[in-house]
Amino acid sequence: MTERSNEDWLQLLGGTDEMAVAELREFLRRGLRRGLAGWAAADDGFIEDMAQEGTLKVLSGLTTFRGDSRFTTWAVTVAVRVAFTELRRARWKDVSLDRLVEDAPSQQPAAAPAVEPSADSKAAILAEMHRVIATGLTERQRQALVAEFKGMPQAEIAARMGLTRNALYKLTHDARQSLKRGLEAAGIDGDGVREAFDL
Amino acid sequence: MSLSPDELRELAKYVLLTRPDEIGCDDWLGYAPSYAELIATSQPVPEPLQKAAGHLDLCPECAEEFRALMEALKEGGGV
Repeated sequence: MTERSNEDWLQLLGGTDEMAVAELREFLRRGLRRGLAGWAAADDGFIEDMAQEGTLKVLSGLTTFRGDSRFTTWAVTVAVRVAFTELRRARWKDVSLDRLVEDAPSQQPAAAPAVEPSADSKAAILAEMHRVIATGLTERQRQALVAEFKGMPQAEIAARMGLTRNALYKLTHDARQSLKRGLEAAGIDGDGVREAFDL
Repeated sequence: MSLSPDELRELAKYVLLTRPDEIGCDDWLGYAPSYAELIATSQPVPEPLQKAAGHLDLCPECAEEFRALMEALKEGGGV
């Protein structure tokens, strides 16, 4: 690949120089092939598609490049996110968010789960977590948090809830903070949680 | 209950790591390239960037993407 400064890349791509665009696409293709090695779904066709999608994403986001790294490092960062978002979407496309969280705690009594008598502290923590999730979170916080810990990818949850990833992160961050405050208010500190869950 | 005990244990782990000043996934994407270059070249990471990289402890997806990015950068002399 032609060695270029960040300024040269920006200038050429800003003018949609065909050779620079082709070199960028090839650079992304090789990077994605290596970065996604081991992913069965990331076959040659997928890598080609993601290199193309990544190139388009980079071209449309040139003004967001901060200039605090090599341009090519930023570009491959963008392409990696594009590729992972697609990989995760493909895996979860048939899973309903509503179905995933339909058994939400808000629809159930906030009862302590059945546990062995020897696990009193763990039972107390689980009961408090149940309580906060059931009564201390907003419906959207609960929906996002449950979906996240059921394994649904962030981008999928965000898309289905009509949020950006940042906004979704804020939503679940607020939920975690509520849980933390709830545990603390119940006299359960970090050491207690670590000990109970062997963390 | 829609979260199993194992899922609640995982949630508890993240609750312990929760800080008031976390950054989101899109914000992290802005820091990732410079952080990756510093890690790849074994250079010291400035404190603000270290703080931003704390996102990787709280977001398995961004951590997964970062590992792939580090691999990708080994290709073609990316750094």
